[in-house]
Amino acid sequence: MPATKFSPSITSRPVYPGLVSRGAAPSLMVADAEGAEALIDLVERDPAVLDAAHIVYVPAGAPFGARLSALGARLCHEAPSLSAALPRIRAALAEARMGFQLYLAGTEGLIGRVAAEAVSAGLPLDAIQSEHRGSIARRMQCVHCKGITEDVATDPFVCAHCGLTLFVRDHYSRRLGAFQGVCVDAETPGIVPASQEIRP
Amino acid sequence: MTIRFNEETFRDDYTFYNSPQAIRRFPFPFDRDDYMYSVNMEPHAGGPEGSVFERRFDVDEHYVAEMRDRAITLDEDPLRCQSLPHMELAGWDLLELIMTCKAEDYPDLFELRRDGDQWHWINRPLGIEQRFTFLDAGTLPHGPMEYITRQTQGDFAVLDQREGNLWMDAGMVTSQADWSLDFDIGMNFFEWHAPVPKAHEMGIFQRALKFLMNVQQGAPSRRLNWTMTVNPRLDTSPENYHKWGPEKRELTPENVGAKQYLRVELQSFWRLPRSNALAFPIRCYLIALEDLVSVPKWGRRLHRVLRDLPDELAEYKGFAVNRPLIVDYLARFDDGAPTSPGIYPD
Amino acid sequence: MTALTLRVAAKEPLTPLVTRFRFEHPEGARLPLFSGGAHVVVEMTDGNQLRRNAYSLISDPNDGSGYEIAVRREDAGRGGSRFMHGRVAAGDLIRVGAPVNLFSLDLRARKHLMIAGGIGVTPFLAQIRQLDRLGQPYELRYAARSRAEAAGLRLLPRSPRVHVHISDEGGRMDLGGLLAGQPLGTHVYTCGPEGLIAAVEETAARLRWPRAALHSEAFLAPPPGRPFTVRLARSGITIEVGPHESLLEAIEAAGVDAPWLCRGGACGQCETAVLSCRGEIEHHDHWLDAGDRASRTKIMPCVSRFAGEELILDR
Repeated sequence: MPATKFSPSITSRPVYPGLVSRGAAPSLMVADAEGAEALIDLVERDPAVLDAAHIVYVPAGAPFGARLSALGARLCHEAPSLSAALPRIRAALAEARMGFQLYLAGTEGLIGRVAAEAVSAGLPLDAIQSEHRGSIARRMQCVHCKGITEDVATDPFVCAHCGLTLFVRDHYSRRLGAFQGVCVDAETPGIVPASQEIRP
Repeated sequence: MTIRFNEETFRDDYTFYNSPQAIRRFPFPFDRDDYMYSVNMEPHAGGPEGSVFERRFDVDEHYVAEMRDRAITLDEDPLRCQSLPHMELAGWDLLELIMTCKAEDYPDLFELRRDGDQWHWINRPLGIEQRFTFLDAGTLPHGPMEYITRQTQGDFAVLDQREGNLWMDAGMVTSQADWSLDFDIGMNFFEWHAPVPKAHEMGIFQRALKFLMNVQQGAPSRRLNWTMTVNPRLDTSPENYHKWGPEKRELTPENVGAKQYLRVELQSFWRLPRSNALAFPIRCYLIALEDLVSVPKWGRRLHRVLRDLPDELAEYKGFAVNRPLIVDYLARFDDGAPTSPGIYPD
Repeated sequence: MTALTLRVAAKEPLTPLVTRFRFEHPEGARLPLFSGGAHVVVEMTDGNQLRRNAYSLISDPNDGSGYEIAVRREDAGRGGSRFMHGRVAAGDLIRVGAPVNLFSLDLRARKHLMIAGGIGVTPFLAQIRQLDRLGQPYELRYAARSRAEAAGLRLLPRSPRVHVHISDEGGRMDLGGLLAGQPLGTHVYTCGPEGLIAAVEETAARLRWPRAALHSEAFLAPPPGRPFTVRLARSGITIEVGPHESLLEAIEAAGVDAPWLCRGGACGQCETAVLSCRGEIEHHDHWLDAGDRASRTKIMPCVSRFAGEELILDR
């Protein structure tokens, strides 16, 4: 699956320009599902990126685990979920020194969550690269109850926490790693537009 | 100068009101009969006697009630006040700025005694007396920004300046025009303005940013912004949209004059000394249409502005659904006579 | 630009080339506080010429009792520093602008690494006092050619966080070693000659440092040069720029109001549109990019000059 092309949007909506090798600098590469293919492509373009790379992969049912571990990175770890991998990612960030690179590939939820962790650990944004692959489902914050709903694929959707029906905005918070969901029938309770699939 | 503070509410029974003097000094935001975005900055260096521009941080008859409303909002949702860790110094700068300005501008209401780092602050309208050590947050009941903005009308954004941009890294936001501090905190100037239509293409934000980055110590600037709100509600937050949203649909031709308010923000911009951050107070003034039209020039002009506003702006400002009702009401006060330039009553 | 009239409270040579000045309010009033890295613009009236030079504040940002600067005498310069050394004396009144910071600390940093070359140590003197007060970690590396020339030795505190590298004594700074292995969240600040700034940037790029963690300030004074003529279209006048005068100073001397902030080619405030250019603009600023320069439609009059037949500005 090639890198996703998103339609133009507002300036807070993140863009994912694709991964470019920064050479043999120590790095952490985190990917989920089809994001693995972006890492494989990156290594193909410049095998030197692997010299000091630590790969963390969340397959989410995708079949790329074996190919990733065969690349020969310094470390390659497969995790059952991103939540399960986060303590490991935090530990890697805590040990990192300036010059460290973060490569993120896969869904917006993964890219947003790991980038938010890295920034709060002190990594400047320009040390983070990202490439979107796979599902375009979004990670949404409910502006009302503050709960996060993962993998939102329709607009509007029901908040997994408070049950309000929310519309999907393009307004995005890097600190939260999430888009904003706002009550769709606030002014006219009960009148909810038909749910549609989110498009890129 | 003495101010009689109104006994009033900004929620539930909405007993908010403007006295005749408050109507007269209302900061009407339109200096001509049409409106488009502009970087309409001017020095915040006083204004006509009695106007809201006269003093650096205007205190008016709504002060005590507004502070009570802020406390209720914060009890319900403490996330309305947040400060990223590197912004504490800017919080102290802001506290010093407000305390010194208020003590100088309203000596009968506020008093500040300083003995080195040992400060003694008296706020008579709110009945507060506080001794604390400047730059020692442990000696205040809240962080410095929260402490002083619980005692100052208006929302506050405190912006860090770095990488050629301004970053919304701290704020006290309980009377906002539908934006969420909890969501927007940490964003840069272009990101937090991203949802504003048209202005990006017009280059408004590039010009505004360049201006704001060069605001200097001792030379604050100001501008007016506006929107429309049904009921005199300060907390029109996205957080509570599902609670106040239904009120927007309660307008009728009979009640529009009393329930529909023009909401004006007096925004000012201050360079802070120790942190080099920029303080951005957003002071909100509310006026019911039926009070506003008591100034004939304002009634005529608001009618023309709202009638001719591009749809996108009415939509963004959240009153598109009520625009026909509002314009019909205001038309009754527009005889077509020419209006004088400037914002003040004739 | 708000300026205060202050009294020169002290003038003290630190080295043969560098002199410290202290300014205080004539009535003893407190001066506005500032943030580490801020500068002030000092006005020097020399006959009928008004020069304005920017100097970093070196005193404690939290001390409003006075402002201190350290001025290095530049014998090949336009004359501002010579004026300060030779003509300004304790007790004189002098106009000093409000502090402006174009080289501020990033207070999010987990660690501040400061690299100073020569007189470039000045902004750091205020910054380390600010960081000491905030309790934030820093490391200062100060490089000078010789002990005799190193004014910083008189100004820096003795501290395990301050390291001095005297090149005459073989104490050169190892930038590669310094930048490798710094903890995540470190910010680097460089102030000094252009060569030092370029060397830090090059080393940091090689070690894959993100640009957002690099800060620098070149102490750029308007260079002298050959005289030239400029037409100011909006004002409808033609002015001569003398060899020891900047274009901005010549515009001001002609009574034309022009915006400015840093007077050192860094802040962008004085950017002026070029309406016609037959000749070469000598760009000395850090503001315009290569595209701007190639377009020949912009000039920064605070530091840049011109050689050729005709230059017409929208001013």
